Amino acid sequence: MERPLTQYIHPGCPPFDIREYEMTGGYSALRKALSSMTPKEVQDLVKDSGLKGRGGAGFSTGIKWSVVPMGEDAPRLKYLIANADEMEPGTFKDRLLLEGNPHQLIEGMILAAFAIQAEESFIFLRWAYKKAAQLLRKSIHEAYKAGFLGKNILDSGFSLEMHLHTGVGRYMCGEETALLNALEGKRATPRAKPPYPQISGLYGKPTIVNNVETLCNIPHIVNNGVEWFKGLSNSEDSGTKLYGVSGKVNNPGCWELPMGVTIRELIEEHAGGMKNGYQLKGVLPGGASTDFLTAEHLDIKMDFASVQKAGSRLGTGTMVVMDDATCPVGFVHNLQHFFAQESCGWCTPCREGLPWVEKMLLSLEQGSGTAADMELLEMHTHMLGPGNTFCALAPGAMEPLQSALKYFKDDFEKHISLHKCPYE
Amino acid sequence: MITQNINKKVSKQEDTKQHQPAQYLTDIERQFIDHEIELVPHKSAAVIEALKIVQHHRGWISDDSVSAIAAYLQMSPAEVDSVATFYNLIFRKPVGRHVILVCDSISCYVMKYGDIYKALQERLHVKFGETTSDQCFTLLPNACLGCCDHAPALMIDNDLYKDITVDMLDRILKQYT
Repeated sequence: MERPLTQYIHPGCPPFDIREYEMTGGYSALRKALSSMTPKEVQDLVKDSGLKGRGGAGFSTGIKWSVVPMGEDAPRLKYLIANADEMEPGTFKDRLLLEGNPHQLIEGMILAAFAIQAEESFIFLRWAYKKAAQLLRKSIHEAYKAGFLGKNILDSGFSLEMHLHTGVGRYMCGEETALLNALEGKRATPRAKPPYPQISGLYGKPTIVNNVETLCNIPHIVNNGVEWFKGLSNSEDSGTKLYGVSGKVNNPGCWELPMGVTIRELIEEHAGGMKNGYQLKGVLPGGASTDFLTAEHLDIKMDFASVQKAGSRLGTGTMVVMDDATCPVGFVHNLQHFFAQESCGWCTPCREGLPWVEKMLLSLEQGSGTAADMELLEMHTHMLGPGNTFCALAPGAMEPLQSALKYFKDDFEKHISLHKCPYE
Repeated sequence: MITQNINKKVSKQEDTKQHQPAQYLTDIERQFIDHEIELVPHKSAAVIEALKIVQHHRGWISDDSVSAIAAYLQMSPAEVDSVATFYNLIFRKPVGRHVILVCDSISCYVMKYGDIYKALQERLHVKFGETTSDQCFTLLPNACLGCCDHAPALMIDNDLYKDITVDMLDRILKQYT
């Protein structure tokens, strides 16, 4: 089984420096693309590979790139941004790539920038990833010294600058238009779309924002081609995927596996099953803003289409397991506390609605909830759902709530009838 | 008499000038901020970096710091404050010498971060948002630290601690004075 993204990552050991990275085939994709491919050919290759964004939305990377204005008349500067603001609760996959192989990300970024002919690139890194920041600074410096960044890279005529930006903590920064505002030194509120960032992004110029894992795939696709990339997968979606499991399992962690492994395989084989004395009650398959799945769904494949068919989303592919000793109402309250706190306040339904949802869940959890609260919560899942808010934060927050009301209704009702939390 | 008055006025003006907000920034702070300004197309785009720089040197962002940064970047204090108050890790109140950030997000919830919080409260005699009486620690809740496979997790300044148990706390806290 091939693990192109993590083959050379050994947690606990320092990552490869530039010499070791090159000795294991690093920067060969960049040499190949700059010497023998046009930007359009790189774009088409990535489009044909079927690579979909690994940040959660699952949109085709090649198609995203293809909207960027190209040619002499295109507005300049153009920007390429790596979204390394990993902050979805329950998600820790990009940390592995950032700390484990920073040059892989840098090579992927240079290739992506070449494909859209960007002159400037940024890594938007979340503040908490201190080790990654230090490693990225060192690796960017090495790449400049080796001539992979800067003016006229490898005598190709293509030039690229790269900067590391560390955030100051706000979930909204992960939303790509809010990220652009944060990079411009503003409050990280989302922007209206259209215009899409590909046309008018950072400082009003064409911009692509890609997730770290997405970008790390690019060198391997350029080196090995479309058929190889499709062959890595167990499903319709190409490539491998970094999957994670956290919660009361024996071996929580993050693994690169063929796209489309089942939830059962992830939890039972890779995560070593549930801890002794605990049963699985529910799973958030792809982070805090995805719908619950339950023990019935363990044989669902973890790819974009299969998880969606089961009523949830693949999201980031890092799942949070809820065991039978954890109160579902308390669990969902914790999630809604996060979303209410991180709402940027830009649009009313999210700013006002989420704190109400949080308060109702708290009163239910403390035993002072009523049957009417259940109806109100249900109503909010629609009022804060898709189409009613400026960005995807509130609709994302409603996903675990609406599915908890569906799957764990008994638990909610017990809180009301017993006037206390039955899990205490 | 008149002349005296005028002189007084002038000297008063000079006095104020010496306390212009931009002068409030130290040479080192200005040097770092100038470097950030060079990297962006207009001064105000450097405001987050400027806030980070001043906070790094002073521990927190006071009203005077907001005014000084605003003057230096040709922004209004309200604009600077709107940015400063938006981000979780810009402190608009004084904090202790060390900041403890306890992850309170979902994986740490499942792995009972609540026990860790309770133990910290007992040891430090502070609640979330408070600073110890000796100014050593400020205790804050924090959104997901991206360390979910080693929950519960917390950070003190730049140091990440994973798989925390209540028994480990004394040993961890002892390292900070």
